[in-house]
Amino acid sequence: MEPLKPFTGSIVAIPINDTDTDQIIPARYLKVTDKAGLGAAVFSNWRFNGDGSPKPDFVLNKPEYQGAQVLVGGHNFGCGSSREHAPWALMGAGFKAVISTYFADIFKGNSLKNGLLPIVVDEETHRQLISLAEEDPNTQVSIDLAAQTVTLPDGRKVEFPIDGFSKECLLQGVDQLGYLMNLEDGIAAYESHHSPRVSTLV
Amino acid sequence: MSSNYPKTLFEKVWNSHLVRPQSADLPAVLYIDLHLVHEVTSPQAFSLLRERGLKVRRPTQTIATMDHSTPTTPRGADGIIPVVDDMAIKQLATFTQNCDDFGIRMFALGTENQGIVHVIGPEQGLTQPGMTIVCGDSHTSTHGAFGALAFGIGTSEVAHVLATQCLLQNKPRTMAVRVNGRLEPGVTAKDIILAVIAKIGIGGGTGYVFEYMGEAIRGLSMEGRMTICNMSIEGGARAGMIAPDDTTFEYIAGRPHAPYGAEWDKAVAQWRQLPSDEGAEFDSEVVLDADELVPMITYGTNPGMGMPITARVPDPDKAGDVSQKMALDKALKYMDLQPGQPLLGKKVDVVFVGSCTNSRISDLREVAKYIEGRKIADNVRMLVVPGSQRVKKQAEAEGLHEVFKAAGAEWREAGCSMCIAMNGDELRPGQYAVSTSNRNFEGRQGAGGRTFLASPLTAAATALNGYITDPREMVLERA
Ligand code: SF4
Repeated sequence: MEPLKPFTGSIVAIPINDTDTDQIIPARYLKVTDKAGLGAAVFSNWRFNGDGSPKPDFVLNKPEYQGAQVLVGGHNFGCGSSREHAPWALMGAGFKAVISTYFADIFKGNSLKNGLLPIVVDEETHRQLISLAEEDPNTQVSIDLAAQTVTLPDGRKVEFPIDGFSKECLLQGVDQLGYLMNLEDGIAAYESHHSPRVSTLV
Repeated sequence: MSSNYPKTLFEKVWNSHLVRPQSADLPAVLYIDLHLVHEVTSPQAFSLLRERGLKVRRPTQTIATMDHSTPTTPRGADGIIPVVDDMAIKQLATFTQNCDDFGIRMFALGTENQGIVHVIGPEQGLTQPGMTIVCGDSHTSTHGAFGALAFGIGTSEVAHVLATQCLLQNKPRTMAVRVNGRLEPGVTAKDIILAVIAKIGIGGGTGYVFEYMGEAIRGLSMEGRMTICNMSIEGGARAGMIAPDDTTFEYIAGRPHAPYGAEWDKAVAQWRQLPSDEGAEFDSEVVLDADELVPMITYGTNPGMGMPITARVPDPDKAGDVSQKMALDKALKYMDLQPGQPLLGKKVDVVFVGSCTNSRISDLREVAKYIEGRKIADNVRMLVVPGSQRVKKQAEAEGLHEVFKAAGAEWREAGCSMCIAMNGDELRPGQYAVSTSNRNFEGRQGAGGRTFLASPLTAAATALNGYITDPREMVLERA
């Protein structure tokens, strides 16, 4: 994983409450055995007609929004299925951060583990970002994880929360598996005091 | 706080699995007793292990099954279930290879123990009180019906558990979901959970572990309790738990992986310590009265958009705020429903009985009881999909399959089927279905398909009439 450096990128809004992960990446795309190619299928049911032709009205199909790096989603973004294909698809489509007022638990955790930043802002800021994105496709925000700030076009800095551990992992570009592997002594000690409750082999 | 303050069921299980407690800047390290794996959310995790040269730490605490991308079409003359989709073939082959290479026991497609991952854990007696159980699947919450702490994880976490048998977790808060009173005939566990989610909304439980309690919950069978815990995630909670009691122990006793002899007595004695202590505090509470519940149905595109089956589709103009109005407008447009319209009498094209919510033997018995000797309506395609090969075998031993077939329904092989529409079983665009599954998201049961979530009883009554029907009439008739 690459360290997450400060960046400036344009925003696009899909301000639909309770956007579930079946919308972000429908199940029929989950037959892959790797992560490649999922970006092309992101929001596929909203983006394409049944015959595969793009729906011109859908924001991600509009030429002026191509290249956006920050998605402004609705409240309770990422609810439903635990599929990690959702952040993989968003990242495959070029997104580095999602901004909302609220994220579903598993989606948030999955995103943090892949370097897709879930940013929670207050409702006022959220509304402002949505109107900015809808009024001007060139609207850019700057995101600085170390400072935990989003800087709006008018220069206003909005702070966002993130747990200290995830933040360190993202800043340093280390994944949590490496961290857990280093806890071998503690895990072995636990196992020596607790015999397994089941064995699936017998 | 002293260590002998009154504790909740959740806290007892959480505390006994801490390799390291949470601190100000570090999450807790939680030990996992049982890891369930399926073909869709695991391949990238195994690839990661290979890249790093890692082994599976405890293959004997891991079990694998094929369920999501597998077809449920009847077996060919050779006794084999044909997989026709090339990507599914590759995914299943990769999965088999991964389980072989890493020494994990796997229930392959069509073999005697195969089935939906949340059906087989309890069925095998692998799911036991007081355990921590995870799976790369959000409906892992099902296993909480036994008093286990069970929750869904992402694929990165699947790799974490494979490699270390541990997860990094922040401690969730607890919510008591109290269901007082008793259910009227025709009202089921499914209606309880649909009512809970309609009440709190699909984000209402985010960050919480639910503990379901109260007279109505105590009165449920284990299968009913699983239906309830299964849908905890639809209220935003990663886990839902129910204190183990004699009903729990009776269900587990004698199953292939259950403890036996002296071990059994020891286990039961420990399990009896698990229920929340008198005076234990929850961070939040919701209360429901079972006496007042009627059969529930969803009208919209998430499980929180549910209502009593006798009610009318709500009016977006009366929604609480602008964003709620937008969401409701969008949902009704997708469902092609009008505000104020009743759902009773609405024609449907498909009735699906299956999924990890309602595909167990008691669900199938209930449905069979009411359709026995009758025919389903001509306009309806009805699929009955057992949750596992064992459920299928049991149903066939009882002759239930003959009842379904005689009524004109399809009797299928075990799997997720039309719950997820990635295996060939799906709605066509514009079709309406009454489904016993757990999600009515846009396109969940097939692109453009429209889902009404309801109980197996409502599904049976609807299949017979061809339109959405209150099952209470049928239940009274056959009482
Ligand atoms: S039946 Fe549906 S909800 Fe359950 S595990 Fe399968 S796909 Fe998921």
